[in-house]
Amino acid sequence: MFEILLFSPSSVYSKKQDGDTVQLTGADIVVKSLKEEGVEYVFGYPGGAALHIYDAFHRQDDVEHILVRHEQGATHAADGYARSTGKSGVVLVTSGPGITNAITGIATAYMDSIPMVVLSGQVMKPLIGYDAFQEIDAVGISRPCVKHNFLIQDVKDIASTIKKAFHIATTGRPGPVLVDIPKDITAEVAEFLYPETCELRSYQPLIKEPLPNEIFTAVEAMLNAKQPIVYSGGGIVAANAQESLREMTNKLGFPCTNTLMGLGANAHSDPNFLGMLGMHGTYEANMAMHDADLIIALGARFDDRITGTLHNFAPDAKVLHVDIDPSVIDKNIKADIPIVADLKEVLVAFNRELDRREKDINPELIKDWWETINKWRSLDSLWYNYDEEVIKPQFVVQKLHEITGGQAYVTSDVGQHQMYAAQFYGFSDTHRWINSGGLGTMGFGLPAAMGVKFAHRDADVACITGEGSIQMCIQELATCKQYDLPVKVINLNNRYLGMVRQWQEFSYEKRYSNSYMDSLPDFIALAEAYGHVGMQIDKPADVEGALKEAFAMKDRLVFMDFITDQQENVYPMIESGKGHHEMRMRPGSKNLS
Amino acid sequence: MRHIISVLLENESGALSRVSGLFSARGYNIESLTVAPTNDPTLSRMTIVTTGDDRKIDQIEKQLNKLVDVAALQDITVAGHLEREVVLVKLKVSEDQIDKLKQIAKGFNASLSDVSTNQFIVEMSGSCEKVDELLNSLSNSEIIEVARSGAIGLAFGEDALVVPQP
Ligand SMILES: Cc1cc2nc3c(=O)[nH]c(=O)nc-3n(C[C@H](O)[C@H](O)[C@H](O)COP(=O)(O)OP(=O)(O)OC[C@H]3O[C@@H](n4cnc5c(N)ncnc54)[C@H](O)[C@@H]3O)c2cc1C
Ligand SMILES: Cc1ncc(C[n+]2csc(CCOP(=O)(O)OP(=O)(O)O)c2C)c(N)n1
Ligand SMILES: [Mg+2]
Repeated sequence: MFEILLFSPSSVYSKKQDGDTVQLTGADIVVKSLKEEGVEYVFGYPGGAALHIYDAFHRQDDVEHILVRHEQGATHAADGYARSTGKSGVVLVTSGPGITNAITGIATAYMDSIPMVVLSGQVMKPLIGYDAFQEIDAVGISRPCVKHNFLIQDVKDIASTIKKAFHIATTGRPGPVLVDIPKDITAEVAEFLYPETCELRSYQPLIKEPLPNEIFTAVEAMLNAKQPIVYSGGGIVAANAQESLREMTNKLGFPCTNTLMGLGANAHSDPNFLGMLGMHGTYEANMAMHDADLIIALGARFDDRITGTLHNFAPDAKVLHVDIDPSVIDKNIKADIPIVADLKEVLVAFNRELDRREKDINPELIKDWWETINKWRSLDSLWYNYDEEVIKPQFVVQKLHEITGGQAYVTSDVGQHQMYAAQFYGFSDTHRWINSGGLGTMGFGLPAAMGVKFAHRDADVACITGEGSIQMCIQELATCKQYDLPVKVINLNNRYLGMVRQWQEFSYEKRYSNSYMDSLPDFIALAEAYGHVGMQIDKPADVEGALKEAFAMKDRLVFMDFITDQQENVYPMIESGKGHHEMRMRPGSKNLS
Repeated sequence: MRHIISVLLENESGALSRVSGLFSARGYNIESLTVAPTNDPTLSRMTIVTTGDDRKIDQIEKQLNKLVDVAALQDITVAGHLEREVVLVKLKVSEDQIDKLKQIAKGFNASLSDVSTNQFIVEMSGSCEKVDELLNSLSNSEIIEVARSGAIGLAFGEDALVVPQP
C-alpha cells in the first residue's frame, strides 16, 4: 500500500467519504488547508519533492498557483502581496535548490517583519540524513531568518501545522514561517479536518492591553513636552494604525517623522510631517530628533540607519517607546516610558486620554519648538536643480507622483533610486510604499510589484528601480507576461551602482572600484523580447509625456528606461560615525544664519 | 556578571539548535549549556550559564522568550538558589600519592573509583566554583581527562519555573 501511494499518488485520489470524515492525500490536505486559510495565490516553482503537491493544485481551482521564474521571485512576490494587503503571503518551493533560492526572500521578509508562509518540499522521510538527491536541511538553513519553522513528520500533522504556521506568521510581530514537508507524507492518506484554533502554549504573542497607568504616564509626558517629536515606523503599517496615529498627532499638533518603513503613516501633505528621518532623511526631521526633549517612538526600532552613532543620539530626550515586541525595547536606546502592546490599541487609548484632557493640551508650549523647526525646514534640504540637459532622477519621481495622483503602489529596489522614491514620491497612505529596508535586497522591486498587482488589479503599480537592481530578478518579466501584470517599470538608469559609487566618492576618494555598469542590455529590446513595451527617455522635456503615455497603456507592462544623471547623489546624508546634527548637505545648500 | 538562566523548552526536534543558534548569531557568551527531559515528557529543561551586563542579560532573556519553543524561563541567579555541577576527573597517580588523593577527595566530599592500575575517577557534585577548586587541588596529579556536566540549578523559595497558564 505504502509503495503504491509513493509511486502513483494519483491512484489514491479517490475521496473516501465515510460519515463526516474526509480521507485525503497529504498533498490535497496541503492545498485544502490553504483554501481554509483564505489563500488566493501561492507563488511558487515546482520540483521533485513538491510534485505531489503540484498534482493536488492541478485538480482544484480554489487556490491559484502563480508560476514565477526563480524562487527568489516567488518570495518577493508573496512579500509584495503581504505588504500591500496586510495578509500573509504564501510560497511553495521544492527541496534543495528550491529552498536555497528562496532564502534571500525569506530573509527580506524576516528583517521587515512581513507575514509569510513558505511551504517547501523535502526528500522522503526515510532518505533524510543520507545526502539524498536535492536534500538540504531546510529547517536548519532557514532558522536564522524565520520567525519559526517546522519539519512535518506525519501526514496527520499537516493541517494542524499549516494552521500554526499562519497563526505564528500573522500574530504578534509578524514574520515568515517555513513548513518543510517530506514527499512521502504528501502521498499518504489521512482524515482531513482543518482545526479552527490552535493551541501553542509556548507562543503567547502579547494579547495584553496597555495598562491605564502606562497610558496616563505617556500622555502626561506628551502634555508637558516642549520639544516633542513623533517618530513612527513599520509598526503603524503592521497594526493598521494610520488613522489613530493621525488623530493623535492632529490633536497634539506635534511634529512627526516616519522611518523608511513607515512612510505614508502621516500624509506627505500634512503640515506636521517633517519627512523621513535617518541616514537620508530631511534636515528638519533629524535635527528635531537630535534636539527633542521627548521622542514618541511608535512601532519603530531605532535602527542604526536612524540613530547614527549612539553616543550622539538625542542627548536630552526622554524616550516613550511603544512596540509589540518586548525585545525591541531597550535594545538600542533605553526607553524611559516603555509600553509593550499592539499599537492600534495603544493609540486608541492615547486618543481617549487626550480627549479627556483636552483642556491640558497647550499649543503655546511647543510654539518656540515649531519656530526652530520651521527655520530648519527653510533650508529645503532635499533641494536639487532641474537640468535642461540631463534627467534628474528626483524629477522623474516627482512627475510620477503627479501623473499617478500620488495614489500608486510604488515598489523599489535598493540603491539611490530607492532613496529618491522615498524622498520624492510623497505617500498619502500606508501599504503603498513597498521596499526592502532591513535587508536591503536588490532584486526585490519587480517581483514585489507582481505580488502587489495580483492583490490590486485596478491600481497603478510602479516599480522604481536601477539598472543594477533590475537585472537581479529581470526574469520575472516573463511571469508578468504570462499573467498579464501591467506593472510600470521606472528604471532610473545612471550606469552606476549609484549608491556604491556615492560611498566611494565620499569615503574612498573617488576610487570607483567595480561600481560601473558596463555592457548594459538594450532595455527596450529586452522588454520587447519578453513581450512588453520598452521606452527610452533621455531628455528632461520628455519625462512627463512618456510617463503619461506609459500609464495610459492600462493593459501593458511598460519598461521605461530613464537615462539619468550619472553623478547625482542622495542628499542629505548622515555619514557613518556622525550624529543627527552633522548632516552632509548638497554642495551649495543655504546656511542657517 | 554571571547568570544562570533556566529554560523550559518544548521537547521538539530542532529546539536546542534554536537556542544555541540564537547565542552564536547574536554573539552572546555561553559558559555552559545543559539540557535534559523533565518529569513532563513534552518539556525539556535547559540551563544556560552566561555572562554580560544588565542590558545584555535583558536582551538574552527577551530573545529567548521570543523563540516559539521556549515555554518559560527564569534567571535563578537574581535570588537565592541551589547550583550544582557534576564533574568526573580521570587521573593517574603513583603509589605514594594515593593517600593524598584520598584525602583531597574526602575534603571535597568526592568519591573515588578505581578504574585501572593507578588510575582513578574522581566524582563530585557541587557549585561550579567548588568544581573549579577541586580541579585546582588536583592540578599536581596527572589528569588524563575531565568531564563537567555544566551547571543546573533551582531557585529557593516559592518561585518555580512552570509553564504559565494562558
Ligand atoms: C539603502 C538604504 C538606506 C536606508 N536609509 C534609511 C533612512 O534614511 N531612514 C530610515 O528610516 N531607514 C532607512 N533604511 C531602512 C533601515 O535599514 C530600516 O529598515 C528601517 O529604518 C527600520 O524601520 P522601522 O524602525 O520602522 O522598523 P521596522 O523594521 O518596520 O519594524 C517595525 C517595528 O514595529 C513593531 N510592530 C510590528 N507590529 C506592531 C504592532 N501591531 N504594534 C506595535 N508594534 C508593532 C515591530 O516589532 C518592529 O519593532 C535604509 C535602508 C536601505 C536599504
Ligand atoms: C543583493 C544585493 N547585493 C549588493 C547590495 C549592495 N548595494 C546596495 S545599493 C547597490 C547599488 C544598486 O545599483 P542600482 O540598482 O543601479 O541603483 P542606484 O544606486 O544606481 O540607483 C548595491 C550594489 C545589495 N543591497 N543587495
Ligand atoms: Mg544605477
